Amino acid sequence: MSKKLFSGPFLAFILCGTLVPLGVIAFYGFTDRSGAFTLENIMAIATRNHAQALGLSLGLALISTAICLLLAFPLGLILKDSKLGKKGFMVFVFILPMWMNFLLRTMAWQVLLERNGIINIVLKALGLPLLDIINTPAAVVLGMVYDYLPFMVLPIYNALIKIDNNLIEAAYDLGADKMLVLRKVLIPLSVPGIVSGITMVFVPSLTTFAISTMLGGGKVNLIGNIIEQEFTVGSNWNLGAGLSLVMMVFIIISMALIEKFDREGEASMI
Amino acid sequence: MKNLKKITVLALAIVLASGLMAGCGGGGNAGGEKGKVYVYCFGDYFDPELEYEFEEATGYDVVIDYFDTNEELYPVIKNNTAQYDVICASDYMIAKLIDGGLLAEINYDNVPNAANIAESVKPFFDEFDPGMKYSVPHTWGTYGIMYNKTMVDASTIDSWEDLWDEKYADQIVMPDSLREMYMIAGKILGYSMNTTDEKEVAEMTDLLLKQKPLVYKLANDSARELMIGESAAIAVVNSGEVLYSQELNKNMGFVIPEEGTEVWTDCWALTANAANKEGGEAWINFMLDGEVAADNFEYLTYAIPNTQIADLTDNPVLNPGAEVLAKCETLKNLGAEADDMYSKYWKEYKSK
Repeated sequence: MSKKLFSGPFLAFILCGTLVPLGVIAFYGFTDRSGAFTLENIMAIATRNHAQALGLSLGLALISTAICLLLAFPLGLILKDSKLGKKGFMVFVFILPMWMNFLLRTMAWQVLLERNGIINIVLKALGLPLLDIINTPAAVVLGMVYDYLPFMVLPIYNALIKIDNNLIEAAYDLGADKMLVLRKVLIPLSVPGIVSGITMVFVPSLTTFAISTMLGGGKVNLIGNIIEQEFTVGSNWNLGAGLSLVMMVFIIISMALIEKFDREGEASMI
Repeated sequence: MKNLKKITVLALAIVLASGLMAGCGGGGNAGGEKGKVYVYCFGDYFDPELEYEFEEATGYDVVIDYFDTNEELYPVIKNNTAQYDVICASDYMIAKLIDGGLLAEINYDNVPNAANIAESVKPFFDEFDPGMKYSVPHTWGTYGIMYNKTMVDASTIDSWEDLWDEKYADQIVMPDSLREMYMIAGKILGYSMNTTDEKEVAEMTDLLLKQKPLVYKLANDSARELMIGESAAIAVVNSGEVLYSQELNKNMGFVIPEEGTEVWTDCWALTANAANKEGGEAWINFMLDGEVAADNFEYLTYAIPNTQIADLTDNPVLNPGAEVLAKCETLKNLGAEADDMYSKYWKEYKSK
C-alpha cells in the first residue's frame, strides 16, 4: 500500500510528461487539418525530399557517433591508466562545457568558423590556408561531436574505471599482448558503457535542428529542420507530428540494433 | 553535523525564496493598482525600458511574453491557450486573425495618440485591415540589397538579378524564409509574391535553384552580422537593419531593386478575448506616443510611422518614396492548400 502511495508522483509524472504528450502527437500525426483520420503524414516520409533529409540525418549522425566513439574510448583508457590521481579532475574538465547552454556553445562555433571568423583571422595572420567548412555538413558534424562528446565520454569512462585491474594483469600473466587484452578484456567489459554512449550521442544527433541551422547556414537540411519548419513556419502541425512519429520509430529501431550488440543486456544509463 | 548543515541550507533557501516571492508580489501591487495588461510580442521588438515607463505612466502592471514567428503566435491566439490583451503581429497575420474573428476593434476614443500615425502607411492597411479598425502600425519596412562598397561595385547593383551574378559566388546571403525568397524570384520573373499558380511557383523554384550554388548562407537575423564582419559582400536584408549596420561598418550600402519589393507592416492589435481591453488600448496609445516612438526608433532602427519623429526617419533607406512603394507588394495569406504547395517546393529547394 505504502509503495503504491510513494509511486503516485512518478506515475503522475509519466502520465503527464510522457504518455499524454505522446498521445497528442499521435493524434496530430494520424489526422489531417480538419481532424479526419489519415496515414498521409506518416507516409510522407517516403517522399523524396523527406527521405533524402532522413538519409542525410542518419549519415551525419552515424559519422558523428563514430567520431565520438573513436575519441572517447582511447580517452577513457588514458584516464583509467593515468597515475596522476586526478582522474576526477580530468573528467570534470571534459564535462565542464556542458554547464553552458548548448545553443551558446554552437553559436560560438559559428563565430569561430565564419569566413572572417576568429580561426580564419589567426590562420591569415600566420599565412596558413584558410578553413572553409562553415555552412557545410562538415561543420554540422563538428558541432555534433563537440556538443555530444561528453555523453560518450562519461558512460565509457564509468565502464572502464569499474574493470578490476586484476583481470587485466591476469590476462598479461597468461601471455596476452596489449592488443589481445584490449580485444578480449577491455572492450567486452566496457560494452554497456559503449552502448549507452552510442545511444546518447546518436539519438540527439539524429534529431537535431539547431546545430544544422547554425552551422549549416540553412543549406544542410536535416529531418529535424523539416519537422521544426512545419511547426514554426509551415503551420502544418499534422505533418510535423507525423514525421516525428516516424523518427521515433527510427530511434527505437536503432536502439534495438545497438542493444543486440550489448551481450550483457544491461546498458548502464548514467 | 552534516545533516544539520543540510537543514540550515534548506531553511535558508526557503527563507530566501519566500522573500523573493514577497518582493515580487509587493512590486506587482505597487505598479498594478489598475490591473494587469498581458502583451504578446516578437522578441526584442521595443525598447525594454518602456515597459517600466508604461507601468509608471498608466498604473497598469505589464506581463510580456515573446514569440519568434507569426506562425507561432497564431495557434496560441486561436486556441486561447493564454489570454493576451494586446499582441504584435505582421500584416498578413492580422488579416488571418481578423478573418478568424480573433481580434477586437480598437476604440479610438481611448487612443488619442492615433493622431500621430503617419499618413504614408495608411494605404498599406487597405491590404489587410481597411480603415485600421483592428490594428495600428508599430514598425514598417521593405526588403532590399545591402552591399559592402569595398567588395562590390555599388553602381552596378540595382536589380534582384544582381544576386544571380556569378562574380559574387559564395559572397551572397539570402533570407532563410520561404515567402521572401519567392518574392525575390517572383519580382525577377514578373510574378506576384502572392501567386498560387503552381506552374509559376515551380518556375520560381528553378530560378532559385540556379542561384543556390552561389549562396554563402541562408540567414535571417544573422545576415547583418555577416555583412558587418565582412564574411559576406552582399545580402538581402530588411530596411530596418541598415542603419544599425552602417553604424558598425561604414562600408554598408543599401538599394531597393528596380523591380520593386515587399513592403511589410507590423502592428499592435487587441485580441477578441482580451480581459483588459482598456489596458490593451492604453498600451497601444503609449506605443504611439511621440517620445516613445523616438525611443523605439533609437533602439530598433526600424522605421516607425509616427509624425512626431518624421524628421528622424526621413531617409531613403527607411522611406523610399511613393514611386518605389508603388511597385511594392504586401504579403498575403494564401490558405492551407497553397501553403502546403509552397512548402513542398521550398523543401525541394532546401534539399538540393
